[in-house]
Amino acid sequence: MNIDFSAEELAFQTDVRAFLSAELPEEISQKVKLGLHMEKEDFVTWQKILYNKGWAAVNWPVEHGGTGWSSTQKYIWENECAKAGAPSVMAFGMKMVAPIIYTYGSDVQKNRFLPDILESNVWWCQGYSEPNSGSDLASLRTAAVREGDEYVVNGTKTWTTLGQHADWIFCLVRTGGPEVKNQQAISFLLINMKTPGITVSPIYLLDGTHEVNEVHFDNVRVPVENRIGEENQGWTYAKVLLTHERTGTAGVANSKQRLSGLKEKAKVTSDGYKMLSENATWQQKVAAVEIELLALEYTELRTLASVSTGKAPGPESSILKLIGTEIQQAIDELNVELAGYYSMPYVREQFAYGYDDTMIGPGQTANSAGKFFNNRKSTIYGGSNEIQTNIICKAVLGL
Amino acid sequence: MDFSLSEEQQMLQSSVSKFISQDYDWDSRQAIVKSDAAFNADHWKLFAELGWLTVPFSEEDGGLGGSAVDLIVVMEELGKGLLIEPFLANTVMAGGVIAATAGEEQKESLLGGVMEGSLQLAFAYAETQSRYNLANVECSASAEGDQFIVSGHKAVVLNGGAADKLVVAVRTAGDSLDRDGISLLLIDADSAGIKRRAYATVDGQDAADIWFDKVSVPAANLLGEAGTAITVIENIIDRAALAICAEAVGAMEVALNKTVEYSKIRKQFNVTLSTFQALQHRMARMFMETQQAKSILVMAAMEMDRLGGSAPKALSAAKARIGKAARLVGQEAVQIHGGVGVTDELDVGHYFKRLTTIQFLFGSTDFHTERFASL
Repeated sequence: MNIDFSAEELAFQTDVRAFLSAELPEEISQKVKLGLHMEKEDFVTWQKILYNKGWAAVNWPVEHGGTGWSSTQKYIWENECAKAGAPSVMAFGMKMVAPIIYTYGSDVQKNRFLPDILESNVWWCQGYSEPNSGSDLASLRTAAVREGDEYVVNGTKTWTTLGQHADWIFCLVRTGGPEVKNQQAISFLLINMKTPGITVSPIYLLDGTHEVNEVHFDNVRVPVENRIGEENQGWTYAKVLLTHERTGTAGVANSKQRLSGLKEKAKVTSDGYKMLSENATWQQKVAAVEIELLALEYTELRTLASVSTGKAPGPESSILKLIGTEIQQAIDELNVELAGYYSMPYVREQFAYGYDDTMIGPGQTANSAGKFFNNRKSTIYGGSNEIQTNIICKAVLGL
Repeated sequence: MDFSLSEEQQMLQSSVSKFISQDYDWDSRQAIVKSDAAFNADHWKLFAELGWLTVPFSEEDGGLGGSAVDLIVVMEELGKGLLIEPFLANTVMAGGVIAATAGEEQKESLLGGVMEGSLQLAFAYAETQSRYNLANVECSASAEGDQFIVSGHKAVVLNGGAADKLVVAVRTAGDSLDRDGISLLLIDADSAGIKRRAYATVDGQDAADIWFDKVSVPAANLLGEAGTAITVIENIIDRAALAICAEAVGAMEVALNKTVEYSKIRKQFNVTLSTFQALQHRMARMFMETQQAKSILVMAAMEMDRLGGSAPKALSAAKARIGKAARLVGQEAVQIHGGVGVTDELDVGHYFKRLTTIQFLFGSTDFHTERFASL
């Protein structure tokens, strides 16, 4: 057991740093570092730069264009990207539907969909939740009725993140009859968002941003060839995908970066008597979060290490999403606390890149409350933290 | 970066684990606690034969290598059995001080005895007023000819009752809070002028308070250089803290398992406790705490090995986090067991006791959180 990087790993780290410093556009990294508004183009631009380097799909198998990196290389990559202010990868195509396609899709589907995901030519979104199916996802009611070579889809999907930009949506739909148990009645469909009968309506979150949507399906005709795997087996595929999603949402590298930013800000923020960084109560609160994050970092490393030796993720993996999001929200909250009075003004125009009018508060980093309110979603999405707890009870403790 | 155990470490782990599961069942452990002896001498001989007593020492000193990872491998398994024998106090702590400070001749006579299991040592560093400040030493030693004259009091000396020799932190210069001026002396436990009051601790171990009244100690018994002992003391207490962190992880794993298993058989309202979501989620939290504790333990041990033995910031992170986990897991184990959890007869309450004392040994959770923030 040792913590050192090998000479090869150190050389890799040097390469990664050199690449990021040469290729990551300044405007994009500034937006990430300051928490400013990001456009779709920012994500696509960066993803295409990664594609040209051959580093777009960190976790994919090499045969489909993945990097083939070891778990330590991935760890180095995540940390260097967070330090440099690289945007996170848009998960829906790259991390969510692609693993389903290369694991369960036909060769035709792999050839048709994977290259466009790899090159970021196509923007994907996720159609899982419904207005009446949240934590009880398997109770979903969007119906796909077979008519010849097509399914006719009717229903409503919700919380569709960035669906307003999407070219395609991957959906869980009900294909089984009312007598079939929910989990055995669900199929996995890929649907072109341009198909007639689809409408997208915005939902505004607590920070006033348009990030999620409702997607309505009104007699939408989907070719049967767009179904992944077998009919009524979609739940099985989706469960695997949810496991991928969970290990990806800990956000450790990102939280490390935000925490170190918070500590820097505390050095130049007064508590009324001295700098906040010198305030003992503040120090203790920050230290507690930092220690929790350090533990989680090693929980993630232990998970990656067991996965890289060919084992399934160990029981420790089930806590990544849960504690990872608790830490994110703790940092959000400390940022609000640090802002004090200036947590209140909500001057949205100054959260745009290039704003150069009168600044309210300590500058463009002042959007602490917006971030805090927005990110309350993190303990709710991807299987709420209560659902994660149920999974631990069932799968790990056998309760 | 590598999270796997070496073949040697795996053998060590299975050797300790086999002893705990086969020879250290609950009744035998309680028999030792209730006996007059501080620990079971046959066990101690066996530990020596199995080579466990060489684990904390370098190969040059005749040991297994002394890595922090080796240490946590052993301590985690010992923690599962709530070991009474003074592996921590004698071997890791007092033995560790000797290894770090003694000259060649002193080492030969002392470390051999420690590793063969024939010598019992205790490290007397804490005092009533010192709390967790290791530089707060009032027990004094003044040089007179070729002797030191030692006077003062040492508090809660682990293995203090059974020890043949004491390694004592004394002030040879400066004021009681100065980092400089602290020295280490090796003192025969039955020297004239020593009063020992040995007692059992709340978690079944052996300790003593010790008073020194003008005790004469040969100058040759000075360990290391006079006045410069603080760094050694800090390093050894950090090492001991790492060891009990590992012990806590082992104890938490057992407390969690016992609680989960009990919840599956205990029935109320005609159903097992395991069916109540209020309890399920609390057990899930116990699981998460145990996993986070294990992760930060591994981090601290690897950091210590990487930095050549001393990694105060990493250690304080681990001790603070594991103290928090130990508190939750110990208290919840008892609460979920219900009435039977607060009886002396059932083992789970004893895991709770050890998980409680560990929080306050070698720096509390708050102390280490503050230290982490300050480093």
